[in-house]
Amino acid sequence: MDQWEPIKQLVKSVKNGKVSAVNLVERSLSKIESNSEYKAIISTLKQSALKRATEIDESIKKGGKVGVLAGIPFIAKDNFLVFGAETTAASNILKGFIPPYQATVINRLEEQGAICVAKANLDAFAHGASTENSDFFITKNPYDKTRVPGGSSGGSAAAVALGMAPFALGTDTGGSIRQPSAFCGVFGMKPTYGLVSRSGVIAMGSSLDCIGPITSRVEDAEIILDVMSGLDELDATTIAKDNLGYGSSLISLKGTKIGVIKEYLGEGVDSEILDATQSKIIELKKAGAEVKEVSLPSLEYALACYYIICPAEVSSNLSRYDGQRYGYSDRSAESLFDSYVNTRGKGFGTEAKRRIIIGTFVLSSGYYDAYYKKAMTVRTKLINEFNDAFNDVDFLVGPVTPTTAFKIGERSQNPLDMYLADVMTVAANLTGVPAVSLPNGFSKEKLPIGFQIMAPQRKDRDLLSLAKTIESLSL
Amino acid sequence: MAKLSRDDVLYLAQLARLDLSDGEVGSLLEELPQILEYVEKLQEVDTNGLKPTNQVTGLENVMRTDSTINYGYEAKDLLENVPEVRDDQIKVRRMV
Repeated sequence: MDQWEPIKQLVKSVKNGKVSAVNLVERSLSKIESNSEYKAIISTLKQSALKRATEIDESIKKGGKVGVLAGIPFIAKDNFLVFGAETTAASNILKGFIPPYQATVINRLEEQGAICVAKANLDAFAHGASTENSDFFITKNPYDKTRVPGGSSGGSAAAVALGMAPFALGTDTGGSIRQPSAFCGVFGMKPTYGLVSRSGVIAMGSSLDCIGPITSRVEDAEIILDVMSGLDELDATTIAKDNLGYGSSLISLKGTKIGVIKEYLGEGVDSEILDATQSKIIELKKAGAEVKEVSLPSLEYALACYYIICPAEVSSNLSRYDGQRYGYSDRSAESLFDSYVNTRGKGFGTEAKRRIIIGTFVLSSGYYDAYYKKAMTVRTKLINEFNDAFNDVDFLVGPVTPTTAFKIGERSQNPLDMYLADVMTVAANLTGVPAVSLPNGFSKEKLPIGFQIMAPQRKDRDLLSLAKTIESLSL
Repeated sequence: MAKLSRDDVLYLAQLARLDLSDGEVGSLLEELPQILEYVEKLQEVDTNGLKPTNQVTGLENVMRTDSTINYGYEAKDLLENVPEVRDDQIKVRRMV
């Protein structure tokens, strides 16, 4: 696949005039155009991107100060509000919506000179694991056009794999950064819950949603996380960033304690994925890491827990799309009630409706305790098991997905089959810990495989250090 | 296990202000029992003595200064996306 040079190197070249920001934006736009058959992109921001690039180039010529991402093009999943750019969450109900403000993370990236060139496809409202739930079109896997890129950040992951930009932004509620990153052979990170502000990003499951980078290499993700993370008064759930930032150095694996998650190496996982995971573990041992098997028995219940909590929160978050203030609006109804019902009936796709109904059910009187409260309590049990495990080891590792990228249409007929694609990723969201998907070779069919690493909450820096170290072993 | 009738689904749809076609109701009646059966395995888990977790990083009562902040946009920017505006106000259908 076609990779961009490291971000540090690109920025250096822009600053010393070897290439211009306009060159980089043009390269990005031309890659988007030449790979349009993959349908990774919903809309491009050609004019505004070239204008910003020209401003950066002029500022550099005048000797002005530019940021650590000067001239770097990027692609945002289409659930990030970008000022003046259509933001749809790949849903018909938001088609044509032009936000009057933009996400905090877009502001922070732009302040450092990054340039948003396009908005990427996703499962509508980020509900899905394949982009097949997009209300517009299906994105194709860069390694095999008959297969899905994963989801919900499938457009973002495919875009990075296809070299459309040095980095893309995704959101991860149950695996939506890590699973498509694994399917597309790129690096993806879900940071600690609250580390990156969600202001201006379309909400899905608010106790789970995280924002993170998708890149070609770990070092690029460190730079992006460093710029995006930290407290934001517009998102009360944010936490402070690491005092040392996220630009880490390689670590010695000698004495690093790594736990292999027993529950992720059992039934239902493809043998090729098990083999790839085992080879990586052997590599880690050879490099001096202390590796042992760790069991977290409640992981067996993580997906069930997730598919109660997530739809409950979805049903609440999607209640704002009522056709009165923005987005699609059915004007045929005479009463306000019918106007809500018709707008939402026509504007939402199948999966959004399914989740709204499940969420409304598990939160409804008489069922709340048995479903929602029970799930939130099982969540506590899972958190306790993670805490115990992290008393014993520094990191937890395992596969990201039970299979490699599946065929388009293979799972879309049965919602439960699709939900099972998240079985190894939801735990990090339920517990709030940071987790990454690091490329880990290919299957016989030449499909990418991912290696998952998790660290305790707020240890994002250590997690990136380890990921970077493992990446350097395979180079 | 919770059994869902057609009326239950229609009631949930009404609570959620959601119009469902007959076909959609039919699919939900097939899919929901499978999904609920799957999530009901949580009932096996012993959670005695544990409290539910609502906030994973332990934040409580996050406050900010009680003052107005100017975000630099005006009412007309916010009204730009509104389907129907009259006298700078959002026009909705009658409620009663």
